[in-house]
Amino acid sequence: MNWLLANPDRVRELTVEHLYLSIIPVVAGLIIALALGLVFGNRRRARNIITTAASAVFTIPSLALFVVLPSILGTQILDPVNVLVALSMYSAALLVRTVFDALDAVPAQVLSAAEAIGYSPARRRLLVDLPLAIAPLAAGLRVAAVTNVSLVSVGAVIGIGGLGQLFTSGYQRDYPDQILAGIIMILLLAFVLDRLIAVAGRVMTPWLHVSLKIVAPAGTEPATGNPASAASQSGGGK
Amino acid sequence: MITFESVSKTYPGGTQALENLDLDIATGSFTVLVGPSGCGKTTSMRMINRMATPTSGRVLVNGQDVAEIRPVSLRLGIGYVLQNGGLFPHRTVIDNIATVQRLLGLDKKAARAKAYEALERVGLNASLAKRFPAQLSGGQQQRVGVARALAADPPILLMDEPFSAVDPIVREELQQEVRRLQAEIKKTIVLVTHDIDEALLLGDKIAVMAPGGTLQQYATPHEILTRPANGFVGSMVSKDRGFRALSFSTLDEFSSTALPPRGADGRISMAAVAPGWMLDLDPEARTALWINEAGTTFPAATMVRRGDSVRSALDAVLASPVSAALLLDANDVPGAYITLEDLAPHLRPSPVAGA
Ligand SMILES: Nc1ncnc2c1ncn2[C@@H]1O[C@H](COP(=O)(O)OP(=O)(O)OP(=O)(O)O)[C@@H](O)[C@H]1O
Ligand SMILES: [Mg+2]
Repeated sequence: MNWLLANPDRVRELTVEHLYLSIIPVVAGLIIALALGLVFGNRRRARNIITTAASAVFTIPSLALFVVLPSILGTQILDPVNVLVALSMYSAALLVRTVFDALDAVPAQVLSAAEAIGYSPARRRLLVDLPLAIAPLAAGLRVAAVTNVSLVSVGAVIGIGGLGQLFTSGYQRDYPDQILAGIIMILLLAFVLDRLIAVAGRVMTPWLHVSLKIVAPAGTEPATGNPASAASQSGGGK
Repeated sequence: MITFESVSKTYPGGTQALENLDLDIATGSFTVLVGPSGCGKTTSMRMINRMATPTSGRVLVNGQDVAEIRPVSLRLGIGYVLQNGGLFPHRTVIDNIATVQRLLGLDKKAARAKAYEALERVGLNASLAKRFPAQLSGGQQQRVGVARALAADPPILLMDEPFSAVDPIVREELQQEVRRLQAEIKKTIVLVTHDIDEALLLGDKIAVMAPGGTLQQYATPHEILTRPANGFVGSMVSKDRGFRALSFSTLDEFSSTALPPRGADGRISMAAVAPGWMLDLDPEARTALWINEAGTTFPAATMVRRGDSVRSALDAVLASPVSAALLLDANDVPGAYITLEDLAPHLRPSPVAGA
């Protein structure tokens, strides 16, 4: 704890680095996974290939990937891009399965209704399937984000690891207080990201969090409100 | 006009859902497809908007083979109501209703304004507009489903067992509502049900289907009741058949008795039909009360008009505590009454329905 309090600038610098090293890959991974899921979700063969590839990616040790990527990408060994690309691959691999499952869980009758009233397949995917998949997606995203926060520290071994560098340097200098500082900050970061995504997921799915207790007496009697005025009130809403 | 031309459908796996269906559905008519579970009702209806494809034969809408129309534009012109409402759980009531108009390219504000009109048309209060479907009762969801199908004012409306998921009271309410709507908006409606009563109540024309997807009879409710084409149709309508047939004979020429003049207390004595009973009539408010010796009052809820069905006149007489129903004159003022004796000549069993 002493080290943590004595070096606020260094901690802030490492935290910021850690943050962008973990957030950018999650966002990139989500975009890749969503694109794959929305395009190939209904195609069985493509899906099988993608999930197999995703499992394969996930079994590559992160350190190996950090080291191999420069020769593939033509980057310097110490370039943070290596870490970003590697972690994006993991995130995408982790999320693509979630995306498939989340889209599968959307009730088939809702989709059939959408099709029957005139949604084109692409429009339906974006405006019906996707919003209805948000809740399980957010759950998967939380796992991916937390996983990433911990994976970033491995990058410290090749010199780009955000707070992970507190582990390497603390270990080399036999300075447990520094290692403890790293653990605390990483846990904190993971916790904050997890909560943020959870809250965002909730905010984006208001229909799942409404009280079901309103029992309207208003239901079936003839409408009394003036539809025109009601409509204009609602015009600016949402 | 919707036309089925020798349409057959065999699903992969070999289920024969439809066999050689020929059907002409007139523009502006209310057609009901009725039959037991699995007889291909849903399949045939879904062929109209290309949600299902015939294995052989063609389906035409206004003379054009639907196979040649782009599914999306075909469907945007056909309202579709599903059994459980089929609402989008993530959209509010008003946005559910506005969906089709949004798909047609209307901006949000205009689409919502239209949606409020549709909401009102199906008898829902505007206060429900901002709720999500999960916050509605089954009957309300069903109405929202109907409103969504109506909002874009499509000429054709398809309804797949729209009332089967609600309780009998709500169902009856919704059926009346749909009848009223149809009288108002005159769309071509195709409704699927397995409830023959619903079919007889709602349809101008009824297509009775049997397992294997074979059409048994396509006729008006009256014909179905009085001249069932075969034993299958006959057994479907056998319950209450004689009584139901009374729905289709109207009361035009019949006897009635003029109400006696008012007494000193302003009441009319009904002693001629029920000793001790009086009638308290308020022609202004068009209300009437039957009053017995003890002074207990019974509102005369149903009154009869010339041209009503024999069935509803009979019901009005049977429901009256004095066994007489008030008859409204051309100005909607009760001036006479009818009794069972006046109806008796009209209660002859229909020659063919008697079987
Ligand atoms: N997608 C499908 N694949 C295979 N068979 C199907 C499919 N849809 C329907 N069937 C079969 O076709 C037959 C007719 O089905 P359909 O849904 O048209 O019946 P229905 O008259 O609407 O029945 P219900 O009153 O139960 O809704 C049934 O035997 C059904 O099992
Ligand atoms: Mg069906």
